[in-house]
Amino acid sequence: MKKIGQQTVPFTNPPVIIAAACIAGPKEGKGPLKDSFDKVLEDIYYGEKTWEKAEQRIFQETMELALEKANLKTGDIDFMLAGDLTNQIIAANFTARSLAIPFIGLYGACSTMYEGLALGSMLIDGGFARYVLVGASSHYATAERQFRFPTEQGVQRAMSAQWTVTGSGAIVLGSEGQGTRITHATVGRVVDFGEGDASDMGAAMAPAAADTLLQHFRDTGRSPGDYDLIATGDLGKYGRQLVIKLTEQQAPALSDRYTDCGVLIFDESQDTHAGGSGCGCSAVVTCGHILDQINQGRIKRFLGVGTGALLSPCSCQQGESIPGIGHAVAMEAG
Amino acid sequence: MLLKAFLVGGTICLIGQLLMDLTSHKITPGHILVGFVTAGVVISSLGYYQPLVDFAGAGATVPLTGFGHLLAQGAIEEARRAGILGVFKGALSAAAGGITAAVVFGYLAALAFKPKG
Repeated sequence: MKKIGQQTVPFTNPPVIIAAACIAGPKEGKGPLKDSFDKVLEDIYYGEKTWEKAEQRIFQETMELALEKANLKTGDIDFMLAGDLTNQIIAANFTARSLAIPFIGLYGACSTMYEGLALGSMLIDGGFARYVLVGASSHYATAERQFRFPTEQGVQRAMSAQWTVTGSGAIVLGSEGQGTRITHATVGRVVDFGEGDASDMGAAMAPAAADTLLQHFRDTGRSPGDYDLIATGDLGKYGRQLVIKLTEQQAPALSDRYTDCGVLIFDESQDTHAGGSGCGCSAVVTCGHILDQINQGRIKRFLGVGTGALLSPCSCQQGESIPGIGHAVAMEAG
Repeated sequence: MLLKAFLVGGTICLIGQLLMDLTSHKITPGHILVGFVTAGVVISSLGYYQPLVDFAGAGATVPLTGFGHLLAQGAIEEARRAGILGVFKGALSAAAGGITAAVVFGYLAALAFKPKG
C-alpha cells in the first residue's frame, strides 16, 4: 500500500502539472494578483443572461484554455475531475456536457480544486490515467444567492464575511513531462468546532485546515521548514490567524511561511472585509500566482491546503453548525 | 418637522442597526424585520404609537414599526365597526396601499433594471 501514516499518500511517480489556466472576475482583476490571471472579465455577467450561465462559461473557457496550453485535445484526457458551489454543481456538469470527457463530479465546497488534485494524482500514480483535467469555479453572485442572501436584497455584510471569488482554475495533470510535480496528498477529515455563523466561514474551516496541516507533518515526517510556502485556500484574515493559534504548539515555525489565498487575492482597499473565498479563490491563486512563483524558481516546495465549509443553506437555517474540511497537496518544482 | 422626522426615524433605525451589530449571528435580518413589525403592533395597540406619528410624521410611519402601527389600527377600527371578524379583515385593508405599492414598484424596478451583483 502506498499510504503512509493516517491520511497521506506520497506519489511514487509524482504527477506533473503540464499546464494550468485561470480566469478571474473584474474585482479580482483589480487586486494584487491581477497580472497572474490568464484573463480578467469586464463584468460578472460575461455577456450571458444570468450569473449561473456566466459561471458555466468561465468554467468551460478555463478548461479549454488549460487544454490548449497543454497542447492536448479533449480525447487525450482520461478523466475530468471538477466541481463548483452551485446547486448540484451545474457549472461543472454543463462544462462536462460540452467537453465530453469521462467526468467525475466533485463537491468539496471550496476545497474542490485540491480534492481534485489529490484524486487526479492518485488516478495517475495508480496507473489508471495518463492525463487528468482538474478544475473548480465559483462566482460571487451565484454563491451569495446559494448560501446567503440574493445580492439584490442588499443585506449588510458582517466584518467577518468573505467575498466569494468570481473565477475558475484548471490544471492538466500528466504521468510524464516537464514541470511542477505533485509529490504528496493528505486527505482531510471533517472537523467541526461548533461554529454556526455562515458569515464567518474562515473560523468554521480553520480547525480542519490546522488538523490536516499537522497530520501532514506527522505522516510525512516533514515540518513547516521543509516548505518555502504554505497556503490555505480561503480562510481569510481571521481564519488564518486562527490556524496560526491552533498550530503554534505543534508547528511553531508555520507562521513565518504561511499565508492564505483569500488574503492574497484582494487588498484592504477593496472592502471585501475578511478576504476572498470560494472554490475559485484557491483555484485561481494556485493556478496563477503560486504556480508562477514555482515556475520562476522563487518557490521550490509548496504545500497547499484547499479548505471547504460543508454547510447547506438548509442546514444553517435548521441551526446546524458548519463542519469544515481541508485537503493538502504538496508540490515541488520540476 | 423634517428634523423631528429625521431624529425619530433615525433613532428607530439606529436601534435596528445596534441589534444587527451587537447580537449573535442567530439574530438574522428576518428576525429584526418581524420583531419591528410586531413591536409596532404592540406599541400601537397600547396607544403609544399614534402620539409618535403626530410628533414625527414620516419619521414614525416609514420604518417597519409604522407598518405594525397601521396593521394594529386597521384591526382595531374594523373590529369596532364590524365586530370580531374585523380583527382579521381590518389589518390588511389598512395596509393595502403600502403592500400594493411595494409589489407594483418592485415589479417595475425589476423590469427596468438588471442587478449588478
